[in-house]
Amino acid sequence: MKPWPTSYIIALIVAIFSLLPVAVLVSLAADGSELFDAYNLEVLTNTLLLMGITAFGAILLGVPLAILLTYVQLPWKKFWLVLLAAPLAMPSYLGAFTFYAAFGYSGELNTLTGIETPPFEGLFGASVIMTLYTYPFVLLSTRAALSSLDASQVYAARTLGMSLFPALWRVALPRIANGIAAGALLASLYALSDFGTPAFMGLDTFTRVIYVEYNAFGLSQAAMLSLQLLVIVALVLYLESRVKGSQEPPGRHLMFWPNLKQSLLMILAMLPVVLFAMVLPLAVFSLWLWRDGAGNFEIDYAWNSAQASLLAAIAAVIVALPLAHASIKGKAGKLMERIVFVGFGIPGIVMGTALVYLGLQLPFLYQTLALLVAAYVLRFIPLAVGSIRTAHENLDGTMVNAARLLGASPQEAFRRITLPLIMRGVVAGGALVFLEAMRELPATLLLGPTGYETLATYLWRVYEAGYFGLAAIPGLLLIFISVLALLLMLTGERFNDIELNKGSEK
Amino acid sequence: MINLEHLTINYGDNTVVKNLNFSLGHDEILMLVGPTGCGKSTILKAIAGLVPIADGKITNSHWVADAKHQVPPEKRNLGMVFQDFALFPHLSVLDNVSFRLKTTKKAEHWLAVLGLSEFSQVKPSQLSGGQKQRVALARTLAHEPALVLLDEPLSSLDAALKDELRWQIRDALKAAGVPAIWVTHDQEEALSIGDQVGVLRAGNLEQLADPQTCYNTPANEFVAGFLGDANFLDGQLDSNNNNNNCVNTVLGSAAIHPNQHSTNQVKVLLRPEDIDLQANEQGNGKVIWSRFEGKSSLVLVELSDGEQIRVRQSNKVTLHTNQTVQLTINTQAPLSVFPVTEK
Repeated sequence: MKPWPTSYIIALIVAIFSLLPVAVLVSLAADGSELFDAYNLEVLTNTLLLMGITAFGAILLGVPLAILLTYVQLPWKKFWLVLLAAPLAMPSYLGAFTFYAAFGYSGELNTLTGIETPPFEGLFGASVIMTLYTYPFVLLSTRAALSSLDASQVYAARTLGMSLFPALWRVALPRIANGIAAGALLASLYALSDFGTPAFMGLDTFTRVIYVEYNAFGLSQAAMLSLQLLVIVALVLYLESRVKGSQEPPGRHLMFWPNLKQSLLMILAMLPVVLFAMVLPLAVFSLWLWRDGAGNFEIDYAWNSAQASLLAAIAAVIVALPLAHASIKGKAGKLMERIVFVGFGIPGIVMGTALVYLGLQLPFLYQTLALLVAAYVLRFIPLAVGSIRTAHENLDGTMVNAARLLGASPQEAFRRITLPLIMRGVVAGGALVFLEAMRELPATLLLGPTGYETLATYLWRVYEAGYFGLAAIPGLLLIFISVLALLLMLTGERFNDIELNKGSEK
Repeated sequence: MINLEHLTINYGDNTVVKNLNFSLGHDEILMLVGPTGCGKSTILKAIAGLVPIADGKITNSHWVADAKHQVPPEKRNLGMVFQDFALFPHLSVLDNVSFRLKTTKKAEHWLAVLGLSEFSQVKPSQLSGGQKQRVALARTLAHEPALVLLDEPLSSLDAALKDELRWQIRDALKAAGVPAIWVTHDQEEALSIGDQVGVLRAGNLEQLADPQTCYNTPANEFVAGFLGDANFLDGQLDSNNNNNNCVNTVLGSAAIHPNQHSTNQVKVLLRPEDIDLQANEQGNGKVIWSRFEGKSSLVLVELSDGEQIRVRQSNKVTLHTNQTVQLTINTQAPLSVFPVTEK
C-alpha cells in the first residue's frame, strides 16, 4: 500500500468538516423536539407544492425556449440565449422583493398607472417567481441534450415516413428526456432550498419556518425541520444523480431557417419572460433610486459583503486545490470530493442554523466573521472545486510526465506546469465563490456578527421595516453583481467551446 | 546503455509484461512492435519510472531500479517523446526546449538541427503536428538524456508526414549518439528504422533481432504474420536429403534455412512475393479476388485442396475471378519452416 498523497489528508479534513453541519443538526434535534405535527404537515405540503409547480413551470417555459434557441436560426441568437439564461445568475429573492412591491393594491404599478393588479404572494406568487428564475436550468440542460442530438436520426425517421413533429416526439424526446429531467430536478432543488422567495411571499415552506423558529429561540425545532428538509434534498439529489445519462458525442443538429415574420413572432413570444424576470426588478429598483435616492444606505454594507466574500473566495480556493487534485488522483479522493459536494445541497438557512448552534457551543466562534466565512466556504466550495477540477482534467497528463522526465521534481512540475495551466480555473472558481457569497441571504442573516450589515441583509431589514424605497442601491448593486456572475459563466462557456474546437481539429 | 532483467509489470492483479530481458548498446535504436495491448507502451513507462515494476531490475549506467527501489522519473536522466507531444502550451518553443537548462545554447542547437529555428518564439498551439513532434524531440535531446524513449511518436500525424519525419527522427537520434527505444504498432516503420526489432505479444518478447532476421527467419508464426503478409503452406522435409535442408510442397520444393530441426511435417512460410503466378488453363489454383495496389496486385488464390494463398504479382497479367492460374515457389533465399503444432 502506497502512502497517501498529501492532498488526500487535506481533502479528508475538509470532507469531515463538510459533514459537520449535519452531525450538529442531528445532535441538536435530539434535544426533545417534536418529530412531526399537524403544522409540520402543512409546511411539508407547501414545500412539495412549491417544488412540484416550480419543476412543472420550469419545464413548460424551459423546453420550448430550448428548442427555439437551439434549432431555430433567429437573428442575434447568442444575444437571446444570454438574455434568457440570465435569470439563472440572479437570486430569486430580488424578483420576489420587487414583484411583491410592484403588484397589489398598494403596489408601484397601481401608484404609477392606477391599474390595480392582484397581489403577488403566497403559493401562487412564490411559484411564479421560482419558475421565472429556475427555468434556465431546464433551458440549458435541454439545450445541451438537443445540440448533442445528431440530426441524421430525425432525418432517418423522416425518410422512413414520419412527419416532423411525430419524428421529434418519437426520436428526439426520448433522448432528451434525461436532460429535461436533470434541469427540472435542479429547479426543484433550488425551490427547496431558497429562503428569500417564500419569505418575501409569506409562504410557510421549510426554509421560512426554520427562520421563524430560529427567531423564536426554537433552535432544536429549527434543527428538526432542517433535517426533514435535508431528507427531501437528499432524495432530489439522489434522483438527479440517477438521471445523468449518456452524453452523446456532439453531432450536427437540426436547424430551421424561419422568415422574418416567423422570427419576429418567436421573439415576441420570448419577450415577456425577459420583461418579467429581468426588466421589472431593474425598473422597480431604478424607480426607487430616482424617487427616494440613496436613503440611509451606507457604503460600509457593500464593503462588508465584499470583505466576507473575498475571504471566503480565498479560503475556498486554497482548500479546493488539494481537493481537486485528490479527486482525480484516485477513488478515495473522488469520494472525498463527493462528500464536500454535500455543502452544495445544504440550504443556506440550514447551514446557518447548524453553525449558529456550533457558535453557541464554541463561544470563541460565536458572532465572528470567521463563522460566516466558514458557512460560505462550506456551501460554495463545490463551485471552486468543480472549476479547478475541470481545468485539471483538461490538462494533458503526459505533460506532467514530460516535465518529470526532463528532471523536474513533482513540486517543480506542479509549480511550473500544472499551476500556470489551471490558473484560469482557479481564478474563475474563486470569482464564482465570491459572487455567490456576495448575494447569499439566509446564512448571512443568521451568522452575520451584530451590526455587520451586508447588501443582502440590508435588503431584508428594509423589507421587514416596510420602507421598500430604501432598497434601491443594494438592489441595483446585487443585480450588477449578478451580471458579473453571468459574464463569468459565459466566458467559461466560451472557453470550453474553444477547447472543443481545438479537440475536433486534431 | 540500458539493461532489463526479468522485468514484470502488473496493473492491479493483471500481469501485462512477463519476465522481459534485453539490453541495448550505446547508440542503437530498438523498435518495440506488437499489436494493441501487448504491453509495449507499458514497458516504456516502466523504464521511465512512470509505472512501478512488480519484479525484475532495470539497470542504467547511473541507477538501478527494481521492485523495492523505484527511482523517480526525474532521477533517471531519460528522455521521452510522447504520442500527443506533451508540449507545455503556456511556454514558447524555446522555453519548452530549454525547460530545465541554464542556457538556451543547446536548445538553439537542436532547434536548428531540426529546422525549427524560426519558430523559437512561437507558442506550440501555432505549430503543425509534425513541427510539434520535432519540438518535442528537440526538447528531449537538448536535455542530453542517457536514453530516449519514443512512445508511438508518429501515430497522431498524417500519413504523408510520417515517412519524412521518421527518418528525421532517426538521423537526429544518430547525431546525438544516444540509444533509443521506439514503440510502434506499424511493422513497416519498425523494419525500416530499427537497428533491432523486438516483437511483443501479450507481454512476452517473441523475438529480438535485427530487422532482416526478424522478417526472413521469424521465431514463430506470430512474428511471421505480424511483420508482413504470410502464407503457411503444408510441407514435408525431404528425407532423401541428409541435412534436412529441403522441403516439398504442392507448389514445388525449395531450400530451407539449415538447423531448423523439426518434425517431418512442417508449415512453410511463404511471403506473397515468394510465389510466382502464371495464367495457365491447367494450373493448380483459381483466383478468388485480385486487389490492384498500384505497382503490383495482391491476389488470393484457392488451391485444389482448398488452401488459400496470397500472391503478389506485378500486373503482368490481368486476372479475373475464377480464372485458373499456376503457382510456383519462386525464391532463391532459403525458407523458414515451423513444426506443425498439435491442435
